[in-house]
Amino acid sequence: MDQPNDIPAGIRAGLPLVLPTLALGVSFGVLAKPVMGSVAPIVMSVIVFSGAAQFAALSVLAAGGGPLAAIVAGLLLNLRFLPMGFAVAPALRGRPLARAAQGQALVDASFAIASRQDGSFDREILLGATIPQAAAWIGGTMIGALAGSVFGDPRSIGLDGVFLAFYLSLLVGEVNDRRTLLAAGLGALITLALMPFAPPGVPVVAAALAALLGLRGSRP
Amino acid sequence: MSDTWITIAVLAVCTLIIKASGPLALGGRSLPDHVSSVTRLVAPALLASLVVYETLSADGTGLTADARLAGLGAAAVVLALRLPMMAAVVAAAAATALARTLA
Repeated sequence: MDQPNDIPAGIRAGLPLVLPTLALGVSFGVLAKPVMGSVAPIVMSVIVFSGAAQFAALSVLAAGGGPLAAIVAGLLLNLRFLPMGFAVAPALRGRPLARAAQGQALVDASFAIASRQDGSFDREILLGATIPQAAAWIGGTMIGALAGSVFGDPRSIGLDGVFLAFYLSLLVGEVNDRRTLLAAGLGALITLALMPFAPPGVPVVAAALAALLGLRGSRP
Repeated sequence: MSDTWITIAVLAVCTLIIKASGPLALGGRSLPDHVSSVTRLVAPALLASLVVYETLSADGTGLTADARLAGLGAAAVVLALRLPMMAAVVAAAAATALARTLA
């Protein structure tokens, strides 16, 4: 059994990711402002609190897609929190409502940091590591949405390229065997095939169908 | 309510429900195998799709790449060298800006 940790240990474990998260938050705020205004991106970062889903929904809205396509694109990305939630559930304590509240602390970074070698999770590290993540993500969004104009045209400093690097680095973390590689390849192909004629956002949503590969001959 | 606020509200509520599902389920049981084998493939499929979607644009006649393709290339090189995400983000922004200046 690992030594029990406390919340401050979790906060310390989350600190190395503050700078990249802050940079992503600023990018999100700057890029979202022309589409959503100044206040909405900040509210979104507080109550949705999920970089990948927020960027995905913003991509769809910025391309002229409707709210339904934006919601579905964001939600499909957040579906990964379902298996992650089941994975951390045994580590959480208290009444059902308290456990559900602790589950809200689930973000990619804290999930990765809190996982132990044996497949179990450290509750205090999970809760603690999310605190600097939230501060950096929400603070970064505020800086971008409210003071973004000091950066000039976000495109001239390549901020729209930040999306890609973020998705790509998450993708590299997700692709760890033949199946995930196949799903990624098929998802990319579906998007390529649909992009010339499908309405904005639809090619991304349709790509999720590639996950049905998982039904084929499930091996252990 | 505008498209933006509808998107934010629905995403927030559904994300909350998704994150609460596992912890609310009793005894920390795991998802049935066939369900989890699908859900674990959703993120890689979607992320690969978003990379394509953000790099290319459809112009009615076909697909065109813009300066972001340079950013994607730079990020791929940085990640292949196993450098941290922050380096990939900076490289992608710099390469995108540079390609846009030269174009």
